[in-house]
Amino acid sequence: MNPRYLPLTATVAIFLIAYAVCIAQYPNMLSTRVIGNLLTDNAFLGIAAVGMTFVILSGGIDLSIGAVIAFTGVFLAVLLQSTAIHPLVAFALALIITTAFGAIMGAIIHHLEMPPFIVTLAGMFLARGMAFVLSIDSIPIKHPFYTTLKSFYYVLPGGGRLTLIGGLMLVVFLVGILIAHRTRFGADVYALGGGTATARLMGVPIGRTTILIYALSGFLAGLSGIVFSLYTSAGYSLATVGVELDAIAAVVIGGTLLTGGSGFVAGTLIGILIQGLIQTYITFDGSLSSWWTKILIGLLLFAFILLQKALILLSDRKRRHA
Amino acid sequence: MQSVSSYVLSATGIDKIFPGARALNGVDFSLARGEVHALLGENGAGKSTLIKCLTGAYRRDGGRILLDGVDVDPHNTLEAQKLGIGTVYQEVNLLANLTVAENLFLGRQPRRFGLVDARAMNKQARALLSEYDLDIDVTAELSAFSVAVQQVIAIARAVDLSGKVLILDEPTASLDTHEVAMLFRIVRRLKERGLGIIFITHFLEQVYEISDRITVLRNGQLVGTRETAALPRRELIAMMLGRELVQEVGEAKHSETKAPGEARFRFRSFGRKGHIQPFDLDVASGEVVGIAGLLGSGRTETAEILFGAERADSGTAQADGRTLDLSSPRAAIREKFGFCPEDRKVDGIVGDLSVRENIVLALQARRGWARPISRSEQDRLADHYIKALDIRTSDREKPIRLLSGGNQQKAILARWLATNPEFLILDEPTRGIDVGAHAEIIRLIETLCENGMSLIVISSELEELVAYSSRVLVLRDRAHVAELTGEEVTTNAIIEAIASAHEGRPA
Repeated sequence: MNPRYLPLTATVAIFLIAYAVCIAQYPNMLSTRVIGNLLTDNAFLGIAAVGMTFVILSGGIDLSIGAVIAFTGVFLAVLLQSTAIHPLVAFALALIITTAFGAIMGAIIHHLEMPPFIVTLAGMFLARGMAFVLSIDSIPIKHPFYTTLKSFYYVLPGGGRLTLIGGLMLVVFLVGILIAHRTRFGADVYALGGGTATARLMGVPIGRTTILIYALSGFLAGLSGIVFSLYTSAGYSLATVGVELDAIAAVVIGGTLLTGGSGFVAGTLIGILIQGLIQTYITFDGSLSSWWTKILIGLLLFAFILLQKALILLSDRKRRHA
Repeated sequence: MQSVSSYVLSATGIDKIFPGARALNGVDFSLARGEVHALLGENGAGKSTLIKCLTGAYRRDGGRILLDGVDVDPHNTLEAQKLGIGTVYQEVNLLANLTVAENLFLGRQPRRFGLVDARAMNKQARALLSEYDLDIDVTAELSAFSVAVQQVIAIARAVDLSGKVLILDEPTASLDTHEVAMLFRIVRRLKERGLGIIFITHFLEQVYEISDRITVLRNGQLVGTRETAALPRRELIAMMLGRELVQEVGEAKHSETKAPGEARFRFRSFGRKGHIQPFDLDVASGEVVGIAGLLGSGRTETAEILFGAERADSGTAQADGRTLDLSSPRAAIREKFGFCPEDRKVDGIVGDLSVRENIVLALQARRGWARPISRSEQDRLADHYIKALDIRTSDREKPIRLLSGGNQQKAILARWLATNPEFLILDEPTRGIDVGAHAEIIRLIETLCENGMSLIVISSELEELVAYSSRVLVLRDRAHVAELTGEEVTTNAIIEAIASAHEGRPA
């Protein structure tokens, strides 16, 4: 088998085994209700993680997305509370702001040759701070349009509900897969992850690609913020702290190399589902502390980093003997 | 001689000036259609600088480049590629994490309905590679293939993109004989298609096997361009090492070498597998032993093993009958060894530190950081060597990168002299510095030798080597092949030794 598929295969296998173990213990978990909830509960994280996948594939990192999600939520809540504009217009405004925010970070990373870690760390503080400036309270969103949106769902056989936001996440993943594997931009992202200097020599437009990558991540963080505000019907500046780390975890567990250049958007979806599954299991159990989610995610992450390291060593050795 | 119009590429009077050194001085170069033109010269001769000027990686400071008779001035490698000049480097410049097809078509993938048509791309990639007799899985990652195959893929991409001039920069350095043969088959086929090919290598056999003409550079100057068939190997080596044989007659040594005394340092079957074959070496105190050989012959490897930068796996080293510990540079420094490496920019100077800090570095390292050298002592040392070696700097606190190459070299020399070494290895001490500074460095070497220090000097400047060495070791294929002593030490004899070693081997 092609070694590039190995981490993804491992992820899928882990998910299937984990799900089988869950079902063996709690047969009720094999229902479309559980699956529907899994998608709905993790929709905002999944959408943001698609953006993070592109960033990590290119060899970068985006620490700002948790803060951008919170900012978007507060922005929408304040806007809908104090003005009469339609939520759709508010959504558009939020997406324009977050996309521009990402693009600016990308431009700084490229033109000032700054490490993405520092630039997006600054972006994280900036976005979080802006959210606090807008409001320090948790503002409920009571707009009727929100109620309408939340009432849309598709009933799966077995009674589960595929909600609007759950479906949106799946659509985002599909589009993400298409962009990553079937566009020149996607190939450029992988090229950047393979080595900036070489990519430049091969004619990849480094600047444009970098800016587009972070703009895409900003856009998806904004979309994730909209989904989160629909999910919680509120905007709160202290929400989604550390979500960028959950997203990074999902990307890595999904089989993408943290050093960039190798991985799949589809893997990230499985990474998200594994995290969700652990959470669901703990809910079903009822007696376990929810911190077990973090512990298990930590162990999984560690296992995947070891797996990746082993793969790199293996392919290096093979190449030397070739 | 071909008429001017048959040249696909002709460069005239190319100048390139770096701070402190003139890397290219009015170099002319021409390339005909369907020609393989070898570009030769030692390290620092200006080969890569010339290539970089042709491909736009450097902006030239003077001269004209005509491509198909039209003036061109590429600003970067991409532009040069679009104009028709493609380059393939020894370090394959492709992306190991992409598939073969993606590497071939990155940025120009065939599209259908706005999306990349992977099937068409793979089909075109297979068709393209079949021209090179390469039948491989184009959907596999590039890293799955050997360097030779990657090399061919890089050539296929460069030719497909550019199609007029192909520059091969040390393409065979990491290939085995079989792979070199495969590469040469491809080069010959491209030649028949009318491409102009510039071939850079330091394997002379390969030059004679594949090239039509040879251009030799030395110290940034054009030594000459000759038809390969009409250039004997011996003469070529003389061109590269900078000595016209006619001038050889009646050469006198600059200094009378006094008869060396008893050998002080004795190395017996000292060597390391894969680096340098075991050799014997005796050096008396106050003696200068020169090491000569072509690029890649094992000169630097010899220095590294003597200094412990690479650990010897055979043989013994003794000084005054006592066994030396040369297991690491630290150990070697403790044994009072010193080493000025070849590439001072990479291995030698710390650019942002001052002249003073650079000078005391090795001495401080030997004392250990727990016992700092006092500032007044540092100032005294720095001032002493700035004066003694005539290092031209406005003051000792100036960052060393602002100094010219020759003065940087002297500062590094000062660094090792400050440790009071008994055995000093100088690897290409006059590389990349002005001609005026050459003489000063040579005088310095002679003074050091008079003061009783044992010196090993590696140099591709044969006249210099002859001037100060009492003995010269000649290297070839990572082995010591000859030792010239006393009256035998002439540039002529050294060239003879290198050439005969070359000819003695089936090509």
